Amino acid sequence: MEILKTAMAGTLESSDAQVTVEPGTDGIELTLESSVMHQYGKQIRAVVLETMERLGVENAKVTIFDKGALDCTLKARVECAVYRSNGITENLPWGGVIK
Amino acid sequence: MSHPNKKRLRRSMMFLNCQKPGLIKDPYIYKPDSIMLDLEDAVAENQKDAARYSLYHALQEIDYHGVERVVRINGLDTPHWKEDIRVCVAGGADTIRIAKTESAQDVKTVEEHVLAAEKEFGRPEGSTLLMAALESCKGVLNAYEICRASDRLIGIALSGGDYTKDLQTTITGTGVELMGARQHMIMAARAAGVQCWDTVFTNLDDMEGFEKETQMIKLMGFDGKSLVNPRQIAIVHKIFTPAEKEIIFAEKVVREIDDKKAKGIGVFTVDGKMIDIAFYDGAKRTLAMAKAAGVYKGDL
Amino acid sequence: MINAVGRDIPEEVLKATGKEVFKGAYAYDDHEYTKAAPKVHAVCDPKRSKVVESIHEALVKCGIKDGMTLSFHHHFREGDYVVNMVMEEVHKMGIKDITICASSLGKANDPIVPYIEDGTITGIESSGVRGKIGEAISTGRLKKLAIMRSHGGRVRAVESGETHIDIAFIGAPTCDDYGNMRANGGKSDCGVLSYAVVDAEYADKVVAVTDCLVPFPNIPASISMIHVDYVCVVDAIGDPKKIASGAAKPTTDVRKIMMADYCTQFVINTPYFKEGFSYQTGVGGASIASTISLGKIMEERGIHMGLGLGGITTPMCNLLAKGLVNKLVDTQDFDMGAIESIKSNPNHIEISASEYANPFNKGAYVNKLDFVILASLEVDVNFNCNVVVGSDGMITGAQGGHPDTAAGAKCTIVIAPLLQGRIPAICTNVTTVTTPGETVDVVITDYGIAINPRRQDLIECMKDVDLPFCTIEELRDKAYAIVGEPDPVQFDDRVVGVIEARDGTIIDVVRKIKDFEF
Repeated sequence: MEILKTAMAGTLESSDAQVTVEPGTDGIELTLESSVMHQYGKQIRAVVLETMERLGVENAKVTIFDKGALDCTLKARVECAVYRSNGITENLPWGGVIK
Repeated sequence: MSHPNKKRLRRSMMFLNCQKPGLIKDPYIYKPDSIMLDLEDAVAENQKDAARYSLYHALQEIDYHGVERVVRINGLDTPHWKEDIRVCVAGGADTIRIAKTESAQDVKTVEEHVLAAEKEFGRPEGSTLLMAALESCKGVLNAYEICRASDRLIGIALSGGDYTKDLQTTITGTGVELMGARQHMIMAARAAGVQCWDTVFTNLDDMEGFEKETQMIKLMGFDGKSLVNPRQIAIVHKIFTPAEKEIIFAEKVVREIDDKKAKGIGVFTVDGKMIDIAFYDGAKRTLAMAKAAGVYKGDL
Repeated sequence: MINAVGRDIPEEVLKATGKEVFKGAYAYDDHEYTKAAPKVHAVCDPKRSKVVESIHEALVKCGIKDGMTLSFHHHFREGDYVVNMVMEEVHKMGIKDITICASSLGKANDPIVPYIEDGTITGIESSGVRGKIGEAISTGRLKKLAIMRSHGGRVRAVESGETHIDIAFIGAPTCDDYGNMRANGGKSDCGVLSYAVVDAEYADKVVAVTDCLVPFPNIPASISMIHVDYVCVVDAIGDPKKIASGAAKPTTDVRKIMMADYCTQFVINTPYFKEGFSYQTGVGGASIASTISLGKIMEERGIHMGLGLGGITTPMCNLLAKGLVNKLVDTQDFDMGAIESIKSNPNHIEISASEYANPFNKGAYVNKLDFVILASLEVDVNFNCNVVVGSDGMITGAQGGHPDTAAGAKCTIVIAPLLQGRIPAICTNVTTVTTPGETVDVVITDYGIAINPRRQDLIECMKDVDLPFCTIEELRDKAYAIVGEPDPVQFDDRVVGVIEARDGTIIDVVRKIKDFEF
């Protein structure tokens, strides 16, 4: 999938993450700020990159402000931002690339 | 054969906003019988999509420790409900709560889409249960046909806020405006052999009023109540916990009926009370409720 | 060198501080030592006035010079003006290399951070550090090692001469012209002056700082004139609104109420819950909720608390007022209800921090505790607690009386929600050990309750109690299953602070924070 336009998902509330995706040209450029950076920075990065790979996104700027979100929330926010950037809200591949 | 969970204990059914990760991560620690993950009113119109991704991953990845996972989908008059059904079924929700149900046809429409989704996502056909929220006069008047519309339907729930608007009155706290609907719905549900739940009580500063209302709806015959806050769970469970006397009596009734049935005796007495087979289900229900509340450790 | 809680204390820290490593919570029982004594200037001449016009004059008369140690108390908490006022003057005078020895420092004291950066302040010894001062220490901007001590440990350090106070500045809500200080009345009422007593007795010079000069004699005094050199009247010593809040509304957070109920059920099922039992609890939502639910059961069963100890809040005072507590023994008042109670109830009594918790006096109140209910940022599988270093590695809390009461009480209960956002409270290794696990008996979380295996007696008496018991490892595993196993906080090698055990040995060190690296 390509990132067609800038899109955002999530909030800055505790246990949530705010994810912004923008079109990019140089792979996945991840900017991450997290309230739990020391403990979970590596895990968050891994989950985000895996999710992007599953969605087949090769080029994007991804900016995340994490407030202690669990992996399931991070995935949900990244997927939502990516599909929003493509204007897709229906007939989503639940259990396919979304899993 | 109907679904094994169709009649499970549902005293406390707690709403949770799907859009709030902090809320949906561990509500099981409050020990409700069911949680109702909400895609409808609690979720802003422009976040309906976001809530579905959260829902999908919550259903797939969070261990809710046996608490029933109900999802409230958007009404059939919105553009959202079809995708809501797809994500519920794909994620493996136990039950779908249909908002604003007005007729048996509404239930059948949802059922069709659920079946299609079960096929699409390779879920066992018939595994997803349904419940109907009645939120209008028309819905309440059609309660009986709604209760009988599908084998998947576990019961009906009153949604008092919208219903009173339709009645052209408001929630007064006295219960007078809900009297008719409550009586009618519980009769319809019992006639159809399904469960029935009372509406939410939203004033969290009035725990006394909540307790009184819960006592009343228990006496009316309801199976439980929709809840908006974990503070309400313990109160509901306390009220729906049978007294020790009731438990001992129910245990005797079940044992005696089992015993007498084998001997071909139809009517007999327990503690001086005339008992027959009609008491059986009620006594079983009392014991199940006592067991769930942790006050009965017996084997019945 | 590895200490008794398994922490490696660097040799250079031992050398620099002259301290030993922690050997166990009671290793110094029966320890013999000679108490320190201050250098005192007699006031014989009745014509001599103690009143000075300004902090500046006080500093000059006390002979302020580079390298001195100044001390302060924290009874005004987040409303304190005294530390900032004195340090601003010290800074103006161009004095350098001051060590601050405070009973605690809070966000109210953020304004002194520039003085840390310019070398006015080079040492900090405290029982708590929050806000920007904590950041300054954790980012390596304080020249000397910060020393973090419990309330009892601070008194021990002063009385044993390990720390020598040159000048004590004691903020007093009311004071007469001869230095009799009371905590009650005036504009900045704080209830008690417990933490300042040792400063008054052991500092070479003592300055009373007040915004309410009252006629002589201001008695009964919390701190007597016999220790006081000067009295300085200023416009305001604190912001009353931030010194004590109104009584906190009981929490409606079901999670906290649930943990409070677990705690109460645990307490009443121990053999210590009987007529005349002693009890201390904190100010958190769950602690207060457990005080309230315990009160109900005491009333039902006709059981009275013989001693209620420590920092006091309104719910404890309510139990006293109802006749359910015989004596409330007080070192700190957290809200207006507590302050009103100590003024009006003769069974609500002020004590010094030494009487409260000093491990090196001949027995402290904490030793007589049956129960203490505490909180903790982190607890590890060995029951070691961390109440000082935050999940970002920054110094952001206070030992306070945590290690003292834990060591003293027969039954030490720590209440902590299993998860704070994504951070698990129960973990394999705490970031920093501040209270040794051998003194912690029970950990209560929203997911379950773990009893320290050292306490087989408690495990035995809970055998038939219907509470969600499990092992501490199970609690950790539950947490990790939900949030994932955390990586340790990344630190620089440089040690910036020392966590002292009550007895003055080193239980752990705090290292400089560093930017996260993938």
